[in-house]
Parts: sequence; C-alpha cells; structure tokens
Amino acid sequence: MWDYSEKVREHFFNPRNVGALEDANGIGEVGSIQCGDALRLMIKVDPATETILDARFQTFGCGSAIASSSALTEIIKGMTLDEALKVSNQDIADYLDGLPPEKMHCSVMGREALQAAVANYRGEDWREDHEEGALVCKCFAVDAKLIEETIRANGLTSVEQVTHYTKAGGGCTACHEGIEEILVKVAKETCTAPTADKKPTPPAIPPAPTLTSFQRMRKIEETIASIRPMLQRDHGDIEIVEIDGKNIYVNLKGACAGCMMEAATLNGIQTRLVEALGEFVRLLPASQLKRAA
Amino acid sequence: MMDNAPIYLDNNATTACDPAVVEAMLPFFTEQFGNPSSMHSFGNKVGFALKEARARVQALLGAAHDSEIVFTSCGTESDNTAILSALKAQPERNQIVTTAVEHAAILALCDQLEKEGYVVTRLSVDKRGRLDLDEYRAALSPRTAIVSVMWANNETGTIFPVEVMAEMAHAVGAQFHTDAVQAVGKIAIDLKKTEIDILSLSGHKLHAPKGVGVLYLKRGTRFRPLLRGGHQERGRRAGTENTASIVGLGVACELARQHMAFENTEVRRLRDKLESGILAAVPHCFVTGDVANRLPNTSNIAFEFVEGEAILLLLNKAGIAASSGSACTSGSLEPSHVMRAMGIPYTAAHGTIRFSLSRFNSDAEIDRVIAVLPQVIAQLRKISPYWNGSGPAVESFVPAYA
Repeated sequence: MWDYSEKVREHFFNPRNVGALEDANGIGEVGSIQCGDALRLMIKVDPATETILDARFQTFGCGSAIASSSALTEIIKGMTLDEALKVSNQDIADYLDGLPPEKMHCSVMGREALQAAVANYRGEDWREDHEEGALVCKCFAVDAKLIEETIRANGLTSVEQVTHYTKAGGGCTACHEGIEEILVKVAKETCTAPTADKKPTPPAIPPAPTLTSFQRMRKIEETIASIRPMLQRDHGDIEIVEIDGKNIYVNLKGACAGCMMEAATLNGIQTRLVEALGEFVRLLPASQLKRAA
Repeated sequence: MMDNAPIYLDNNATTACDPAVVEAMLPFFTEQFGNPSSMHSFGNKVGFALKEARARVQALLGAAHDSEIVFTSCGTESDNTAILSALKAQPERNQIVTTAVEHAAILALCDQLEKEGYVVTRLSVDKRGRLDLDEYRAALSPRTAIVSVMWANNETGTIFPVEVMAEMAHAVGAQFHTDAVQAVGKIAIDLKKTEIDILSLSGHKLHAPKGVGVLYLKRGTRFRPLLRGGHQERGRRAGTENTASIVGLGVACELARQHMAFENTEVRRLRDKLESGILAAVPHCFVTGDVANRLPNTSNIAFEFVEGEAILLLLNKAGIAASSGSACTSGSLEPSHVMRAMGIPYTAAHGTIRFSLSRFNSDAEIDRVIAVLPQVIAQLRKISPYWNGSGPAVESFVPAYA
C-alpha cells in the first residue's frame, strides 16, 4: 500500500464535487483508460467575471487520482480563470499534504485537466505536452523525447543534471536506469572519440525489399489490418492516410488518439511493419504529413 | 468470527505462517543455535534438523533423492540461479525460451540477459492464458539452453503443462526449469515421474516464513552455482543456511502434504462460492485465465471501468485484503503484463482483482466479501467517466469464453 496522507485518504473516501455538471461551459478531458488514469473536469464559468462558479469531476483512476481531482475542484471554485491557471500540480499535492513521488503524475493530470477546461471555455485548442515519446519518468510525466532533447541542447552528462533540467528522476528514482540509457545513446551520437580505435560495426540492415510497389502496399495494409482488432478492443483504431517512400502516415482514432501511450503504440506498429516488409519504414502521425505539405 | 475481523484473501502474495511452523522454528532461535556445518554437537543437532527438513521437502515434491533439494533464500534466487546456471553450464547454447506471463524474477532477468546478447523467446498465451504447444515446439532449437515456464500463473492460477514441455525441451537437449512457487502445496507434484530438471519454490507461499526457498536440481543436471564460497548445500549454494526458516519450511511441506486434499476440495469450494457470488452480484465483470484448469485457491476477476487500486483501498477499509494487477499498485502506468498478454482490454485490465484463498479462510468470510464488494464497485463506477449511472458509457467487453 502507498503511504497516503490522511487528507488524500479523506478525499478518496469522501470525494467532493463528483459527477456530471449539467450546465458546464468548460470541459477538460485528459488521460485515457489505456493509461490507467482519466479525468473529466467540468467548470461553470461566469462570463462577466470569468469566475469559476462551480467545478465537478469524473475520474477513472487510483486513490490519489480521485483525491487529486477532488482537491482540484475544491481549490479552483471561486477563482478567476487567470488565478486558476496559476494552480500548479504541486499546489494540488500540497493541498493534500503531499502525494507519494510515484503518484505525482495524478496531480499533473489535475493541472492539465484544468488547463484543458479553461482552453475549452475560451474556445482554444489544448494538447497534452508529453505525448511525443515513451514516458520515462512516471512521477513527473516526462517522456523520452524531452529528456533526449534536453540532454542534447545542454550537453548533460548525468542523471542528476537531467533531474535538475527536466525533473525526470526526481521522484521514485525507478527511471534512473532509463535515463542512463538515454544519456548513453546521446553520448554515442555526439562523442565519437572514445570509439575511434574500434572498428565500427555496421548496423544490422534487413535484406533489401523484393516486393513490387503494389505488393508492398498490400503488405502494409495487411499488417495494419492484423493490428487493428487489438486497438479496436481498447476502443481505438488506426487508418492509413498516405504512403510516401519510407514514411507511412496514419491517423490514430478513438481512444488511441491523444493517449499518453500514443508514441509507444506507433513504435510497436512500426516494428511490426519493419518486420513484415523487411525494410526500414517510419510510421508517422498524419498531422506531420500536413506539416510537410 | 467477529463481523469486522480482517479477511485475508491475498495468499498468492504471501501466506500466514502456520502456528505449527512457528512452534517448530522457535528452538532454532535459542538453544539450537549451532552452525550445521560445525563438527561438534551444537552443529550436529541443527544439521540433523536440516536433514529432516530436506526429507520433508523431498517428500512433498516427489523428488527421487534428498540431495536434489538445495535450500536458497527465496523463489527469486532459485529462478535466477536456474537460468544463469544453465547458460554458464552450456556455453555452446545461447537461447532462453520462456513465456510472456512469467513472474518478474524470470522476465526481468531475461530482459537483462537479452541486453547482454542472449536470445530470449517469450511464448505468447491465448485469451485464457494458455500456451500453444506448436508455437513452443517451433521455438525450441539446438541453441536452446533452458526453457523456463511457470507451473501455475500467480495472477490467474492457470496451470501450464510443464511435464510435457520438459519432455519436448529434452528432445533438443535443453534443460527445463519450472517456477513452481504458486503450484507447490496446492496441486500434487511427483517430480521423479517427470523430466523436469530444475524447480523453484518459495517458503512463504505455503505457510512457511519469508526468506527461504528451494532449488530442486534433478541428479545429473549440469549446474554452476550462483553463490560461491563455503561448501554448504554440497557447494551448490554457498552461505550459512537459514536454519530456523528451513526447519519451518520442512514442517510447512509436511502440513501441505496433509492438507493437499482439503486444498482441492474445501478451498476450491470456497473459491467457487466467492466467484459465483461476485459474478451474480456485480454486472460487467468476468473471470480471467483458464477457468477449467487453474489452482484451486485463485480467482482473478476483472471489473470493467474501475481501477484496481481504488477497489483495494475501499476493500481494505472494509477489512478485506486482496491484490490487483492494476498499474497504479505498482507505480507503473501499464496494467499487468499477464492481462495484456491475454488480450484483456484496458477497460478491464486496470480493474482486475486477485482473490487467493488458503485453508484458513471460512464460509463466513466469503459471505462478507460477497456482501461488500458490489457496493465498492458501484461506488467507484459512480465516479467513473466511463459509467453513465445505469451502465457503461463505452463498449463493454465480453470474453469469448464467458
């Protein structure tokens, strides 16, 4: 069992502001059932003063997810939107007299739901900012891509430095090995001197494709079709939008779209495609196709 | 029994020490303190106690020789020793065949060995958690050093056909190891009639204390020790024996033999009563695993649209202890690898609860769980965004075998 504070337990066993808010004019939905945490935050905002008159929530998740949601609604009621946007995940954790480090992502989810609800009220687009790569630090919801880019941009060389720059690894420390692996990966890219005396090993390259264009397209379709039932079982789906040389553009749909594990899903499908085709291909979200066009 | 006395249904995690086990251990903390390797009378008395314990373990496992029993510190040590030994003893072979649903003691080691260059083949399971023997046959090769397959799954209780699989492994010259941590004491085992080379067991899963395990090594199995040093355990596991716990394990094994029939009749009856009571009272839940072929004490039930840790917290408040394969109990975001391997969708995989019984449970306890659990699930579904008051807000999952 986790070492939950009395306040976390109190808000879990007796959550405040539960259920649908019928006249909500701002709704923020973050997380997904795939991730094990999902929160729908509903706020009723007075348009004249931009004050949050009421807030309610529905949460699928663990004890701290439910407690964080409950705490969030209590904190923001009566605040103006600008005041509410200043509420950090640490404020939510502090309100609950702290959360176990491994559960800090629950408070992050609360903050994101709040941002999403305010954006929804204001008619703005809002997207979670940690869905680029596989989640490495679960305590602070930091993904591999952010860690990798921060290491590269700042020439970081230790886990401690990564923690200072990104917070990743600052909680339960379970991800330290993963951060070390990213450090090694980036170091290999940027530092060739230590390996200069070794004969470089050529990367393993799959045999050259022997398929015709038509056969290749069919193979891609068949592979995607074999994966679709798995995604559909989780209320998601995938569709091919465009095949451009090595790049295959797809749309993830339903529950798969916007999921925190989206990058991991794409990576897994990409691996299957590479195996099926016997050549390197990249699976990219269709949004990148638009960017390229 | 008092109405609010705690109810323990998490026996696949650990069991209560049997009072008879505790009583047998006590002298070995006080007057029986000798080192069993010593040549004087202090040591001899303890040495004889170890010998007796070894014979009791041998009897429970149906091992042909008492020298095939090696005492270790836990199931994890036994599992790690088995695989590392097989790789070192057969350097000409570099493949490990295992399953996707093993305990972390196997999977985490295999992940590491894979990084070091070994080839790991992880067999998949079907929707009921069963292995495909054709897939297994195809995975075996002259490069296979060891096959490691659990006898029974810790989450679902699903029993694997390890006797047949051991014969198939031998056909390619590979060693066969089974992690029998959950199976020992719950189903009859007679190792001398099988081709199983190595077996792991853990004391605290069968009413012995924590911190003691066994590695069964069939005579003639090529072996390399994990711990080197003293000549304890015939040099196969150096380190002074945890004598009190080993004595306790011996008694626990003796008691397990005596209670084997009870385990398969009364404990099974209680488990089935619990399961049918829950299924009748709670909508949108189902039993996972191979229902027809599983441990008599285990029931793993998936409750859709609610999260396992939240269920556990509410059950705990009501004095009921169970466990969950949910992500949040482990601090991970991914639910149980066993549920995912069986293709249980996320809508249900996050809400699985494992009830594992023992001979110390009673009808009254089961009645109370059946009374409490429906309210717990209803309370959480009321909060869930995937439940709209009268039913699921998203598609419900019905397993093909339901």
